Amino acid sequence: MPEAPARRGAAARPLSPHLQIYRWPITMGTSILHRITGVGLSGGTLLLAWWLHAVSDGPEAYAVFESVAGHWFGQLVLFGFTLALVYHALNGVRHLFWDAGVGFDMKSANRSGLIVYGVTLLTTLVIWISAYQSMGTWQ
Amino acid sequence: MTIRTPLGRVRGHGSAKSGTMHFWHQRLSALVLLPLTLWFVWAIVGHVGAPHADVLIFLANPLNAIGIAMFVIAGLFHMLLGVKVVIEDYIHNEGTKVALLVLVHFAVLAIAVTCLVSVLRIIV
Repeated sequence: MPEAPARRGAAARPLSPHLQIYRWPITMGTSILHRITGVGLSGGTLLLAWWLHAVSDGPEAYAVFESVAGHWFGQLVLFGFTLALVYHALNGVRHLFWDAGVGFDMKSANRSGLIVYGVTLLTTLVIWISAYQSMGTWQ
Repeated sequence: MTIRTPLGRVRGHGSAKSGTMHFWHQRLSALVLLPLTLWFVWAIVGHVGAPHADVLIFLANPLNAIGIAMFVIAGLFHMLLGVKVVIEDYIHNEGTKVALLVLVHFAVLAIAVTCLVSVLRIIV
């Protein structure tokens, strides 16, 4: 991406309308979120590695993982991880349809964006409710 | 300094023959990850709060061990492709960019090997 030319002199006028001037289109939000969740999930792979290592290392290492994962902050991170995973997967499906040439017009893209938002929230909640129910069966 | 146009300088060399490779691999790994992610979420949800011994039994099952290994490899491959684009898009300083790319490759390799070694330790 080319750099914007440096602005010289006192009259530093904006060169073109900036992001904050526009109303955020739905597709802009979904696109930016896809990147943010992707980067977040990349960091989340550390959690996956930690979990697998803890399981392989034995009950003590696993207990440490469980206590961190069960802490309210750990739960918050894991909830964010779930949200990011579900969003990135669902929006990824949307991208795959686009790549196949399906639903790329403005109207469909806006609609599918809102659908992805809704289904993401719903799916994440279902996953967490199921997880808590499953937790009850182990105790 | 040359007065030739950028187009003139590349004309006749042919393409690098890898123009869409990154794009294509990103999509292929995405498709592979969809069923694997569904399975992974199902597996995790089923073992939240499970005693260590039960998690061990689940992962020691060869099918599940293969599933986790596939998820790890496909996931980290997909991640590497994605993070690469993000770095190339936002980091304009050549030195910082290359340093970050090396770091990300190193991290991906470390995470992948940690996961796979753990899976092997669980099986044997």
